Amino acid sequence: MSDTHSQSAFVRSEILPEAPPPVRERGIVKWFRENLFSSVANTILTLAAIWAVYYLITATGPWLLNGVWTTSSLSECRDVLDGRTGACFSVLAERWNQLIFGFKYPDELYWRPGLAFVLLFVALAPLLFAKVFPRKLLVLTAIYPFLAFYLIWGGTIMVPVFALLGFVVGFFVYKRLVLQSASMGLLGAVVSALVFWYVTGFLTGYMSNFLALEPVPSRDMGGFMLNMMLGVICVSLSLPIGILLALGRQSTMPIIKWISVVFIEFIRGVPLITLLFVANVVLAYFLPPESSLDLILRVIIMITMFASAYIAEVIRGGLAALPPGQYEAADSLGLDYAQSMQLVILPQALKISIPGIVNVSVGLFKDTTLVSVISMFDLVGMIRGPILGAAEWNGVYWELFGFAALLFFIVCYSISQYSQWLERQLRTDHA
Amino acid sequence: MTTLTDPPEESFRLSMLINDTRYRAYTFQFIALLLLIMFMSYLGWNLVQNLAERGQDISYRFLGEPAGYDINQSVIEYDSQSTHLRASIVGVLNTIIVAFLGCVTATILGVAAGVLRLSPNWLVRKLMAAYVEAFRNVPVLIWILIIFSIMTAAMPAPSAFRGETPDASMVFDAMAFTNRGVYLPAPIWGSGSLAVILVFVASVIGVFAYRRYATKLLYDTGKLLPMGWPSLAILVLPPVLAYYLMGQPISLEYPELKGFNFGGGIHIRGSLIALWFALAIYTGAFIAENVRAGIQAISRGQTEAAASLGLRPRRIMNLVILPQALRIVIPPVISQYLNLTKNSSLAIAVGYMDVTGTLGGITLNQTGRAIETVLMLMLFYLFISLAISAVMNLYNNSMKLKER
Amino acid sequence: MKQSVFFAAVTAAGLSAGAAAAGTLDDVKARGTLNCGVTTGLVGFAAPNANGEWEGFDVAVCRAVAAAVLSDPTAIEFVPTTGKTRFTALASGEIDMLARNTTWTFTRDVDLKFEFTGVNYYDGQGFMVPKALGVSSAKELDGATVCIQTGTTTELNLADYFRKNNMDYEPVPIETNAESQQQYLAGACDVYTTDRSGLAATRASFETPSDHVILPETISKEPLGPLVRHGDNEWGDLVRWTLNALIAAEELGITSANIEELAKGTNRPEVNRLLGTEGTLGEMLGLDKEWAKRAIMVGGNYGELFAKNIGESTPIGLARGLNAQWTEGGLLYAPPFR
Repeated sequence: MSDTHSQSAFVRSEILPEAPPPVRERGIVKWFRENLFSSVANTILTLAAIWAVYYLITATGPWLLNGVWTTSSLSECRDVLDGRTGACFSVLAERWNQLIFGFKYPDELYWRPGLAFVLLFVALAPLLFAKVFPRKLLVLTAIYPFLAFYLIWGGTIMVPVFALLGFVVGFFVYKRLVLQSASMGLLGAVVSALVFWYVTGFLTGYMSNFLALEPVPSRDMGGFMLNMMLGVICVSLSLPIGILLALGRQSTMPIIKWISVVFIEFIRGVPLITLLFVANVVLAYFLPPESSLDLILRVIIMITMFASAYIAEVIRGGLAALPPGQYEAADSLGLDYAQSMQLVILPQALKISIPGIVNVSVGLFKDTTLVSVISMFDLVGMIRGPILGAAEWNGVYWELFGFAALLFFIVCYSISQYSQWLERQLRTDHA
Repeated sequence: MTTLTDPPEESFRLSMLINDTRYRAYTFQFIALLLLIMFMSYLGWNLVQNLAERGQDISYRFLGEPAGYDINQSVIEYDSQSTHLRASIVGVLNTIIVAFLGCVTATILGVAAGVLRLSPNWLVRKLMAAYVEAFRNVPVLIWILIIFSIMTAAMPAPSAFRGETPDASMVFDAMAFTNRGVYLPAPIWGSGSLAVILVFVASVIGVFAYRRYATKLLYDTGKLLPMGWPSLAILVLPPVLAYYLMGQPISLEYPELKGFNFGGGIHIRGSLIALWFALAIYTGAFIAENVRAGIQAISRGQTEAAASLGLRPRRIMNLVILPQALRIVIPPVISQYLNLTKNSSLAIAVGYMDVTGTLGGITLNQTGRAIETVLMLMLFYLFISLAISAVMNLYNNSMKLKER
Repeated sequence: MKQSVFFAAVTAAGLSAGAAAAGTLDDVKARGTLNCGVTTGLVGFAAPNANGEWEGFDVAVCRAVAAAVLSDPTAIEFVPTTGKTRFTALASGEIDMLARNTTWTFTRDVDLKFEFTGVNYYDGQGFMVPKALGVSSAKELDGATVCIQTGTTTELNLADYFRKNNMDYEPVPIETNAESQQQYLAGACDVYTTDRSGLAATRASFETPSDHVILPETISKEPLGPLVRHGDNEWGDLVRWTLNALIAAEELGITSANIEELAKGTNRPEVNRLLGTEGTLGEMLGLDKEWAKRAIMVGGNYGELFAKNIGESTPIGLARGLNAQWTEGGLLYAPPFR
């Protein structure tokens, strides 16, 4: 009894080699079992999902693969397909320019919006990937809007140059007056810029041929270009306005706060389409009788108002999320309102708001398709009007709407992926 | 002894309006107000001038005049001799119909997709992610138009149901899917159907009473009554009994081909279906994200704590996770409802006669009263939005964590 | 990015320049282009062709006016308008004239404050049905689903017609011609109704036009014509007399082929006055002598425009009918040029 071990007939002295896990617990089988067939309900779900995927593939597969690219009308497509299922992508090939640029932008000038589009990435890069590119490159971003305007609309180069100079003048005035007070600086900047533009407005009249590209009236813009333009212009315009509105809503001055609240809540309470109706049929009544802002400008004004209200709410969320200690710390350093906002509050608040701002921008970009309802020929408007209305393409809606959906998906999905990436980058907590 | 004297009264100087922080706020507000008033009066003055130049005026008299046009879908009495006001009301009701249908469907879709996105099943998870991304990243107008195109081009025309060997046939001889919409059997309420309905309402109340009683019994005595089948029995048996006792007063009217179209039954128009489905699927994708975020926001510790108390997975979900997740999920979902309602104004793209189609569409066109109609339209949507946000605030207040 | 502010500046500059100008005529001359409102696309009347150039019968009127005023038939901005936007576009000054097969009605003339400058096409509302439906009269349409374009007199006429004949129908309102066409072709409605000219134009664009018939009933009077803002009579006169010049040219036998010849002077005083070799009609309009000659030279006289855009030799195939000269039993009757 004292030494049971020594009485044992056999004691394994070395450890057995690890046996591989049983078949159902390893590799692909385990994965399948755990992920797809873990329970009865799960198995049913899996089978349903497989059926759905199978159905999708068999429905769209032949349609995509048999697609015809080279005919010049739907009936020719049908002849080529000869009864088989297949898409008629020829409409995309034949109407490509119309889909992208609208039907009136002069075709020898397509390179201009094309170049502006490429430059957009150059201009956005320093902004989007702030860590990779030096800050100095942000100058490119600042110049871009004016360059893009020059490229897309044409006309004399003096217009964008003076416009840019107006901002420079405004900036210096702001720098100077902000020492006194923030609102003073803002007011001074706006007034000085307006005065500058007013004065130079006469000048450009005389210099209308100086370094002029062939001007293209905004009425001639259409297609996906119009969606991009509306999206980019309105989002970038609405950012500063949104910040001001958000600050106004947080302000301690009751009148300023009241104005901001009413504006924001009103705009957020009505659908964009009613605002577009305003742009289309009402706004003209509120402008001076002789003025004629064209439709695209009126639409830009209304969409910008729309977007700034939403962006203001996002930024307000960011401002509210900052711990009060930040405000107090800025105050205790003796910073005045403008300094504390610029140096302490806004950088943090904006950082928190970035995902929200991106969401609003994506939503806004999608909403630019609504202009087709007020007879503007953006991508959707082109499809609904001239292309589906043409005798040769009457009835090719799948291909066209599918193409439009794909274009929007690519843009919106990449933006939202970027925003998620950025969110991860900006995370400062080390959890 | 020195006496403390007040600092010398500073006399007010004009420069203090700008330099003294005590007065500066007033100065700026004054300037802002002044600018606002100037801007408004500028707009107003332009308006007056423009109207005068065109010899027009602002007047709502047109609301009392006969509209002159017909509306295909109307839940209240309406014909072309009714007034523009009545046409607008028809539109408002149609907006509410599509918004209500859309919200209900979107919630069902969204909750299902949101929960399935967290399912352990890889394939289902990916499929739901694909659904959410595909619909969130494409404009809702395109979805509306696609579904509308499918409705008109892929469904058979009513004429296809005609003839000896028709190309299309009705489902169960009761429902017809045509490119003009879906025709469903409509109930006919015979005499005595009121009693059946009352019994039904009573049994619904009965179910709630029973569940309440069961819960109370559970808390008081610890005795667990079965929930599922008694509820079902209370819900189903009495109405069925009443139905047969009253001599089957409710019958169905089936749609059938009459002249150009199907007649009888309920007609759900293609435009309504396109709008309803597109809005529901689109908003459902957003709701799915809200639901997912809400569930994920509940820390794992909650699940683990509940499990260590010995709760079963379903009870963990029902008693611990969902009540907490709902608090997070409901506010964004309500704002999605708001978005859906606002997006329903896209009805105009498919010819659904909502308020944008009647008041903001045909009435505007026929009367030319742009300012009046657009203003009324905006006020209507504003009212709806404010009402929904009021509900949301009430909810937020009632759900606020009671901190003691 | 900050373009709108800058636009504001441009507008401010534009305003100060524009404030001096008074009438539409001066505006157009100062601008160098004519802004003309047309449909968003109706083949034969106004539609962009494959090259994006606008063509059609309504477009021709715009071009004639542009030629008369600016000596350049291409100096036009065509502004596509829908039923909803057309009147605001004109009222707000976004366009100088509207040539969008618009019916001349009392309310539009008096209440909406527009001025119709004549009739370039006498039309009436009709119905188109697929032949397979076997319908031969509008009276048989009880219970039909009808596609209509919104924002037109059409839907009011339709409501009246069905009410008067005690028939039921299901209206399917659609915004644009292209979309109602798709609905109709897909069989989502049994009947398509609009002006008969529009029906003919739409039918012409179908793959097999012969499968569709236009029913004999005309349920309304639709005098279509160009219109301008109320109150600017000089401009109204100009548009009115440009249209009249086209009509009179046909009556007087002036065609694009012989106009050069005739412009050298003839022994027919009215031709001379019209073409500016005699009298000062042009100056009275604030234009030069050859205004009418230029207008006619763009595409020929009324008859030539009709034949080229919508006449029987075109796919649209409209007969002159009411739109023949009064001398041939039609309604076209240009007042004398003297």
